[in-house]
Amino acid sequence: MKRYSVFAIAREALRHHSGWDRAWASPEPRASYDVVIVGAGGHGLATAYYLGKNFGITNVAVIEKGWLGGGNTGRNTTIIRSNYLQDPSAAIYEKARSLYETLSQDLNYNVMFSPRGVMMLAQTHHEVRGYLRTAHANALQGVATEFITPQRVKELCPIMNIDGPRYPVLGALWQPRGGTARHDAVAWGYARACSAMGMHIIQQCEVKGVRSEGGAVTGVETTKGFIGCNKLGIVVAGHSGQVADMAGFRLPVEAVALQALVSEPIKPCMDVVVMANTVHGYMSQSDKGEMVIGGGTDGFNNFTQRGSFHHIEETLRALVETFPMLSRLKMLRQWGGIVDMTGDRSPIISKTPLGNCFINCGWGTGGFKAIPGSGWAMAELMAKGEPGPLARDFNLWRFREGQFIDESVAAGVAH
Amino acid sequence: MLTLTCPCCGVTAEETELAPGYEAHLKRFGPGSTDAEFESYMFARKNPKGVHFERWRHAYGCGKWFLAARCTATLEVFGTYPAQTTEPPAAILDAIRARRPDWKA
Ligand SMILES: Cc1cc2nc3c(=O)[nH]c(=O)nc-3n(C[C@H](O)[C@H](O)[C@H](O)COP(=O)(O)OP(=O)(O)OC[C@H]3O[C@@H](n4cnc5c(N)ncnc54)[C@H](O)[C@@H]3O)c2cc1C
Ligand SMILES: [Zn+2]
Repeated sequence: MKRYSVFAIAREALRHHSGWDRAWASPEPRASYDVVIVGAGGHGLATAYYLGKNFGITNVAVIEKGWLGGGNTGRNTTIIRSNYLQDPSAAIYEKARSLYETLSQDLNYNVMFSPRGVMMLAQTHHEVRGYLRTAHANALQGVATEFITPQRVKELCPIMNIDGPRYPVLGALWQPRGGTARHDAVAWGYARACSAMGMHIIQQCEVKGVRSEGGAVTGVETTKGFIGCNKLGIVVAGHSGQVADMAGFRLPVEAVALQALVSEPIKPCMDVVVMANTVHGYMSQSDKGEMVIGGGTDGFNNFTQRGSFHHIEETLRALVETFPMLSRLKMLRQWGGIVDMTGDRSPIISKTPLGNCFINCGWGTGGFKAIPGSGWAMAELMAKGEPGPLARDFNLWRFREGQFIDESVAAGVAH
Repeated sequence: MLTLTCPCCGVTAEETELAPGYEAHLKRFGPGSTDAEFESYMFARKNPKGVHFERWRHAYGCGKWFLAARCTATLEVFGTYPAQTTEPPAAILDAIRARRPDWKA
């Protein structure tokens, strides 16, 4: 791998940019690998990367049915924060957020992490109480957040109307080191670093079956033939149920569509990320100037990667009160992703009923922010065969034991 | 936009008039069942990419629950039927097989 640097740019500028290498190789699959990861989204690629970096395991293939990052990783609104209520969540999301701080240097790839600050609006008294509680919990967990007044909200985000009749802003949970990153770059940067370690990234190769012998996995059937492995990681988000089915077990997961949309590009007007969970709307401004807006999920199982129109209508209708200037903007594009929702709305990083087969899923509507931490924890689980401190509580058995990680009900959070 | 016909009142309604209720025909396991049975009833879901049987409620209409057979990959609807059934009726299964000859129940 040739390093990217200011000198590389200068050198290439002098020779008509003829010397740039492909960022990652596209090899044909070998007959077998030590580790096969299914799914080249952020979580699958990060798992491979930390397997190599932290454990020296580089005989790894990441198999992707479409193109790299073409799943939810390339479809999300890129909010990064770690202001969760429960300790296991705060630990893994804060690990991820802190890894994002230096990810560009670590990967030698600009992931454009922008810690511009994330503000979660409290628009009901219930939310005020909830976020005060989260701010106290975060203080104990060592996550830097604070509860701020409506006046401070207005200072940080002047385009906001804090006196709306229906959804007044009563305060906000403010995480100054939260923010956004470039979603494609996260996938590309990890892919390039994996490829540089000699790992194989195999795109346009769908896993169609999981082969096992004596209760342990031996490999996967794919559209490019059988690929053997000693250990298998399933990291396929919305399709987790399908691949788990091939491996012979069921999951507490349902797939639904989540939508986002962007406006026409406008001049810079908002330099923080704002989330309004009461109305299921959240917004940031992209570097291109578009207002990036996310909404709520459909309420029914859906694999079509588009969502229902009325959700967009509801999101915008509610956001217009808080952001009156939105009413004058044209919306340019809308899209959907298939998100994997678990029974307690928290993720799963776990061993499975099948030996040497591990699963990472259930990140649902909020897993972009978790990519580095999730990959870190999943790599440890796969390398050692046992979960480390970050993954332990996110096991598959918590549903049977009643040990939920109840973020959704406790904090009322969507993302 | 998803449109379903409520078998209780006969109204054809689009999804803003309806409330989804997820997987149908779950067998209930309560007190006295094993942990595994209870877990499976409570949390494990089929979540198929293709033919799916679901509960719906005509929330802003007659208010009644009913069931629907639908394809989650295309949003095609095969039919709706009363909630007071423990398995999909023959007419619904025929309608599914007519459109999805390879489908296995
Ligand atoms: C509209 C929207 C907005 C969102 N906003 C945010 C946000 O602001 N902040 C945040 O933190 N999160 C957000 N999320 C959630 C976030 O995008 C996901 O949690 C995260 O990207 C999941 O990453 P992943 O690697 O697990 O899945 P994916 O990126 O979906 O990758 C899974 C990959 O597996 C592949 N695959 C599936 N089946 C197979 C098979 N059989 N064989 C081979 N490959 C297979 C898929 O093609 C896919 O590329 C949002 C999601 C959506 C849809
Ligand atoms: Zn009705």
